[in-house]
Amino acid sequence: MMVKPKHQRLALALAALAAILGAGGLALSALKDQAAFFYAPGDVAGKPLPLGKNVRLGGMVEKGSLTHEADGVSIRFTVTDGKAKVPVAFRGVTPDLFREGSGVVAEGQFQADGSFAADNLLAKHDERYMPPQIAGKMHKTETLEK
Amino acid sequence: MDPRPNPRYPARVATLHAFANPTRFLKLARPLTPALFWSGVALALFGAWAGLTLTPPDDLQKETVRILYIHVPAAYLGMAGWGGLAVASLSYLIWRHPLANLAAVAMAPVGAVFAALCLITGSIWGRPAWGTWWEWDGRLTSMLLLFFVYIAYIALARADSDRGGDGRVPALFGVAGSVLLPIIHYSVIWWNTLHQGESLIRGKIDPSMVWPLFFTLGGFTLFFAGVVLMRMRAALASQKVEARMKRMAAQ
Repeated sequence: MMVKPKHQRLALALAALAAILGAGGLALSALKDQAAFFYAPGDVAGKPLPLGKNVRLGGMVEKGSLTHEADGVSIRFTVTDGKAKVPVAFRGVTPDLFREGSGVVAEGQFQADGSFAADNLLAKHDERYMPPQIAGKMHKTETLEK
Repeated sequence: MDPRPNPRYPARVATLHAFANPTRFLKLARPLTPALFWSGVALALFGAWAGLTLTPPDDLQKETVRILYIHVPAAYLGMAGWGGLAVASLSYLIWRHPLANLAAVAMAPVGAVFAALCLITGSIWGRPAWGTWWEWDGRLTSMLLLFFVYIAYIALARADSDRGGDGRVPALFGVAGSVLLPIIHYSVIWWNTLHQGESLIRGKIDPSMVWPLFFTLGGFTLFFAGVVLMRMRAALASQKVEARMKRMAAQ
């Protein structure tokens, strides 16, 4: 039976597609650790800290951990990912969405004592979107009206 | 001009090929273009209006959340546009039908515009929500790459047709570029990213806020289809003009 050129092209094109996707997958699995935007506390726990390097630390701001210093612009809080915790110190203006129980990405350096000195904070929004009256049932929001 | 039934082809393939006939395509596309275009514009406008006035603000993001009614459809069409371009390119490579190549070329600038719209609206939202216009995280970087890949495809397709190429090289590029689509989609799962995870597919948007999104999603999609059909008809018309000019010059 004759092999039609159309079928030959179909087989070739599908093989090429599979090869491209396979190569992409291999490259990505090699990138896995390098392509992370930030370290989670659990990623660095029990490992030598990347001291003296600018890195990002991301996780949730632990509830009840946020304290303001007397100078009014310095804050301390704890970042947690459920596996480990890292205390963070920061001096400056925080983004609007920065709050306890919410996601944060801190840019700065790890210190020798295991804490993190942040130069910049980014708020990380989670994937939940809800109006205030529903959110109020889950975590208390203070408004001017109340 | 009726295609004779060919006993060697099963009926299903025969109907698919019938749609690939430019005359039949034009007969179908001529009334479909304005219908798709205007219904898309109407749905998108209604969705945008509803998203601006009828839905509550988000608890944390306040009013900035409303950009999602544009950002999400733009992101989806930026990616779906390349998906369509890749499928058209693949079928051009296999069946060599010129209409498939025409469709791929017609989709490229439209998809690129939506990808750009996604990047721009995301950046505008990122400033108040995250505290930054741009960060090199997995989702943002891979979407920017898709935008550049669109630009590269447009340049490649133009260069290929200028040199009298048959479009096979851009088609290969169109198929290869589809490797970015799973990367963009899974970037927020594979890597720690600043961008939040899946909201819509996993139903994490409250029903009172999500419903206008379906109008803008549907509207943008119809609009996309209408513009692509318009571009394909324009390309066919300009081919006809060129052929006629050649004939007249030869006389």
